[in-house]
Amino acid sequence: MTEAVLKQEVVAARGIKVTFGAVKALDGADLIIHAGECVGLVGHNGAGKSTIVNVINGGLSPHEGEVSYGGGSGEHGISVARANGVRCVFQELSLCPNLTVNENVRVTHSELKGWNWRARALELVRRQLEEIFPGHGIDCDSTVDDLSIAERQMVEIAISFSGANERPKLVILDEPTSSLDAGLAAQLMAYIRRFVSEGGAVLLISHILGEILSTSDRIVVMKDGRVVADRAAKEFSTRSLVEAMGNVVRELEWQRSATARSCAPVLTMPPRKGHGLPFEAHRGEMIGLAGLGGHGQTEALLDLYLSGNSNWWPERQRDIAFVAGDRSLNGTFPLWSILKNLSIASLGQLSSRSLVDQSREDLLGASWKKRIEIRTPDMVNRILSLSGGNQQKVLFARALATTAKIVLMDDPMRGVDVGTKQEVYEILRAEAKSGRTFIWYSTEMDEIRLCDRVYVFREGAIVAELTGDEITEKNVLAASFHGDEAA
Amino acid sequence: MKLSSGTIRLIIPALSLAVLLAAVFYMQPRAMSYTGLNLLFNLAVPIALATVAQMLIIAVNDLDLSMGTFVSFCACVTATFLQASPAIGILIFLCAIAVYAAMGIIIHLRELPSIVVTLGMSFIWGGLAVLILPAPGGEAPGWVRWVMTSRPPFVPMAIVASVIIAVVTHFLIMRSSFGVLIRGVGGNFRSVERAGWSVIRIRAGAYALAGFFAVLSGIALVGLTTSADANIALRYTLLSIAGVILGGGEFVGGKVSPIGAVIGALTLTLAGSFLSFMRISPDWQIGAQGAILIVVLALRLFLNRLEKREKNR
Repeated sequence: MTEAVLKQEVVAARGIKVTFGAVKALDGADLIIHAGECVGLVGHNGAGKSTIVNVINGGLSPHEGEVSYGGGSGEHGISVARANGVRCVFQELSLCPNLTVNENVRVTHSELKGWNWRARALELVRRQLEEIFPGHGIDCDSTVDDLSIAERQMVEIAISFSGANERPKLVILDEPTSSLDAGLAAQLMAYIRRFVSEGGAVLLISHILGEILSTSDRIVVMKDGRVVADRAAKEFSTRSLVEAMGNVVRELEWQRSATARSCAPVLTMPPRKGHGLPFEAHRGEMIGLAGLGGHGQTEALLDLYLSGNSNWWPERQRDIAFVAGDRSLNGTFPLWSILKNLSIASLGQLSSRSLVDQSREDLLGASWKKRIEIRTPDMVNRILSLSGGNQQKVLFARALATTAKIVLMDDPMRGVDVGTKQEVYEILRAEAKSGRTFIWYSTEMDEIRLCDRVYVFREGAIVAELTGDEITEKNVLAASFHGDEAA
Repeated sequence: MKLSSGTIRLIIPALSLAVLLAAVFYMQPRAMSYTGLNLLFNLAVPIALATVAQMLIIAVNDLDLSMGTFVSFCACVTATFLQASPAIGILIFLCAIAVYAAMGIIIHLRELPSIVVTLGMSFIWGGLAVLILPAPGGEAPGWVRWVMTSRPPFVPMAIVASVIIAVVTHFLIMRSSFGVLIRGVGGNFRSVERAGWSVIRIRAGAYALAGFFAVLSGIALVGLTTSADANIALRYTLLSIAGVILGGGEFVGGKVSPIGAVIGALTLTLAGSFLSFMRISPDWQIGAQGAILIVVLALRLFLNRLEKREKNR
């Protein structure tokens, strides 16, 4: 608190609590950013990084706690945050792709009104780009669609740092270097230091720990919606950061099936993006895909799926089944009954002469209802009458009821309660023992630790393979985050 | 020289219009005159205005299925109220534009599909049109008639009007701040929202502007036909959508082009005349018109794919 007196507060969020349904995204987190400092923010999936960023930039109202800008207090919201000089570069690119670069400047800077705004916007973004990325070679008259991903990210960063009338006070950068190469990233980091020395503030989120350690003045580590460490950057090293992010206490051990892996793999994939490790899966194995969210795990699953099934001509006997992660988006048929939702993937086996045999369908439903304990009086009830966890069980049953030998799972346990999770784990274990192969992308460490073997993804490629006792939170975290020099 | 994707988007509609025009001139050389051109493109003016209106709705990722009935309603108001007591007529039009803005607000607030809302509204407009004009009739106001049938030197009115519409809407949609915001909402409304704009106001504005152009379309139509009918413009719903797409617009993503939309409307009108000149029986004309649409759109898909391949390389 003594520091707060010395330096001026730009944003202070105190005791923030945010819940989404049953999930506590933020559980009393504090984050105070002063003028003239760069704060690094790190944490694993679901630690609450994005949520606290959204609270600070006004996009999300906290259920408890208080956000104040510039030492004042009171209102909250996007326009209040903007008026106090808070700008944000988001992880997913957030320019309007159909507009030109200078039109995007106009959208972001509402103060650029009046005659000839085009020329002024062009001048603004051009000067800023030149300042951050000298020699960038971006044509600022072209449509954002026509730019490469790296160029888009550069433009977005430049727009956020530029100010038509007054410069921003705080710029939040969420994974700003995710599509920049090392040279451009170094230019950006150098600019951040200049910006901070001129009195600005930066909140930097990155999975590249080297960047965080070298650029930040102070590092905040989050875990499970709380701030677990908040110290000067000098006091951290790569190792101590990884340790701070992890959870050292819990160490439940699972009896891993030590299957002999002498037979040929059932599924293989060459190294992705031309580097990293190749992928292979054996019969009866449970393979975890770990790493930070959005680093190519879902794409890898889709590629694996398409390697076994044709893209546009469905086959009668499919070898691979897929359990979707986002239930409402691509999992359930919300208007259908539980039974129909369950049997949709195995209609081929259930029908004779292309008519569905209803008695066989009922039988299938009854047997799976008993096996995985779907809590419903009647299988013809609507799927939405079930709780989220039970809906997910139906989706598992859909995949398991097929004859597929390989089941791909795209983080299927999102928002499922603990009890149901344990039941599903049991089923998966039993199925794996009987010879099925599971490939499981999960953002939760407990689930990753259930697997026989784990591939850790970073930037679209597999960077580490962990087997058996090597699968610990510490190892997974160390592989998910970039070390310092190793680029 | 590197062409921007916007320019490439305009090439196909312009090219297809030129090819159609050449074919018409080849088959009917007499069309290559002041009167001939005027006759060919006369009916394109209201269609172009309706297409621009539809384009504004498509720019914010919505679709207006009530365009045809709304233009019919406006035509009926023009032929009755606007002619008899202009003040009341203008008041009705202002209310209609306000209803369009309200539609935009409701669609945004309740997150309703625009197709459903506008389909529902189409019955309301249609009903109102029948109430105003139960049987075909009415009379065009003198000044409207005068504007639509005036004969400027050298270039026929239909062409002059089309060029004016294209230029004005180009400045409105492609160059002005408001146009940028409308297209921005279509491209990535979150980004517009995060920048502190009120998306609801932008959407209401886009709808109101669309209503304004649809009103102009109704007035222009009556100026040409001299009287109105409750079903006079039902075809405009699909014609306007086809015109936007033909002119290089896309259903989602705020990618629209006003110049392209006007060219698209001209192409559609010309396609009708072209088929008549080919002596294709009216029974087959709708099918043939569809075939022309498919050919042009296939060409565009092909070009898009080429462009994408170029970019990936």
